[in-house]
Amino acid sequence: MFTKTLAELAQGLASGDFSSVELTRAYLDRINTEDSRYNSYISVTEEQAMAQAKAADEVRAKGDAGAFTGLPIAHKDIFCTQGVRTSCGSKMLDNFVSPYDATVVNNFNQAGAVMLGKTNMDEFAMGSSNESSFYGPARNPWDTERVPGGSSGGSAAAVAAQLAPAATGTDTGGSIRQPAALCGITGIKPTYGRVSRYGMVAFASSLDQGGPMTRTAEDAAMMLNVMAGFDAKDSTSLEREVPDYTLTLNESLKGLKIGLPKEFFSDDIDPQVAQQVQNAIKEYEALGATVKEISLPNTHLAIPAYYIIAPAEASSNLSRFDGVRYGYRCENPVNLEDLYKRSRGEGFGPEVKRRILVGTYALSEGFYDAYYKKALQIRRLIQQDYVNALSEVDIIMGPTTPHPAFKLGEKTSDPVSMYMEDIFTISLNLAGMPGMSIPCGFANGLPVGLQLIGNYFAEERLLNAAHQFQQATEWHCQAPAGI
Amino acid sequence: MALDRSDVEKIAHLARLQIAEQDIPEYTENLSSILELVDQMQAVDTAEITPMAHPLDAVQRLRTDAVTEGNQRDHLQTVAPAVEAGLFQVPKVIE
Repeated sequence: MFTKTLAELAQGLASGDFSSVELTRAYLDRINTEDSRYNSYISVTEEQAMAQAKAADEVRAKGDAGAFTGLPIAHKDIFCTQGVRTSCGSKMLDNFVSPYDATVVNNFNQAGAVMLGKTNMDEFAMGSSNESSFYGPARNPWDTERVPGGSSGGSAAAVAAQLAPAATGTDTGGSIRQPAALCGITGIKPTYGRVSRYGMVAFASSLDQGGPMTRTAEDAAMMLNVMAGFDAKDSTSLEREVPDYTLTLNESLKGLKIGLPKEFFSDDIDPQVAQQVQNAIKEYEALGATVKEISLPNTHLAIPAYYIIAPAEASSNLSRFDGVRYGYRCENPVNLEDLYKRSRGEGFGPEVKRRILVGTYALSEGFYDAYYKKALQIRRLIQQDYVNALSEVDIIMGPTTPHPAFKLGEKTSDPVSMYMEDIFTISLNLAGMPGMSIPCGFANGLPVGLQLIGNYFAEERLLNAAHQFQQATEWHCQAPAGI
Repeated sequence: MALDRSDVEKIAHLARLQIAEQDIPEYTENLSSILELVDQMQAVDTAEITPMAHPLDAVQRLRTDAVTEGNQRDHLQTVAPAVEAGLFQVPKVIE
């Protein structure tokens, strides 16, 4: 049962092979016995899950079941869930029981989904390894001495360890695609504005985007059907029709034009990662695609621009955590300034503090033009690179990450070396286009991710290309030893 | 651009963030290396480039100026650290 995809589980529920109560109970039991090895969940919501499963079975008995009725999933602990702790991986929100649901959560509730729990993550989604979590790092199911990636590391680990058939994630600089690559699962970051950010704790509002993390592209299409759509509660949500993403999965890839950016195949990447990605490209050629080399000449500026824009927005967004209205408050504040400074100093971890400080500096008097404005200008150059490239090709492909999963602790003392792991994912958030990672092989026994990038609103095409690859290969069906 | 201790102390004050005395050297070093990384931007001539705030150049939507939300004060204050008579409590501000 635990190797089944959402699509297969939906089939099983529809044909009465098992009930949602049985399915949910089985997953909860498995989480209870297995998750101590992976730490992929921050909270397991057993009581609510069983109530939702029972309700879903009743809906089905009445003949009112939809595509998602009774399917269990996990939510990244960045999505607000009414009546359930929403910690965002931080001591600051360890005591925060959300008074409302995020739109994404509400969409899944309306669709009849069952929430198994809330998954581990880097604190406020700031990190590439899940090591900045207040609740300790989630571990990579392929090697528990290694990181699952981040920031949606718990979601990726839970899906890879078969502790949830699918999970939600969010991606500000690669936080869906990078952990999906490192844990050998499928993940898609949709076009900026495609999925509502309402109730998704804000990190960098012009970059943040929620998306699915699943075993297969077909499951990602099912999830995105529920997640995507206009939301009046999100001021940057886009008013645009949502297609049924499952309907175009089987289209042929004959004539698909693939671009390979030469900047994504530099000498800095692990040779085995490069080899697996090249093999995947050959598979696409066998499926009828044509391949050409392209250039994204400003790629090297993406990390510098990102580490101004994201911290600047974060320092502004995180100013709301002041110890007054909700979240952590220090003991015995002597005055208001002491209350602010100590609540924030004690409530935030070191990576979050670093980014608040960088952002505050970049936005401070006299530095705005040199840093923030400059970064927004570079951002446009990066976007233009993608716009130009995607006028010549349909999909850009390359490795999701330069290396497979690294060891816990390996990069914690050097933040800049950690940031460089996001070199292939970060530029896309600046451009706002959709990107995906799918498993395409192994390097020293660790999963390798193939990244697919498309033009604005090209989610259908990405999911179609990913699905066709998964019909022809079995990389997405591999499970870690001992699972 | 390298920062020194007093820069970090000043930024931390602007951010209303307490940094423990013994951690200041490490933050100074980390922040300096991050700023060195971002300084690669300065090599690019961007004089003619319009800054980009939104990928699709979308602008904020406006709505009619009408009440759409009911008062949820009591519900929303259930998560506040200290509340009295519907007000958030903080240490005395005015002597």
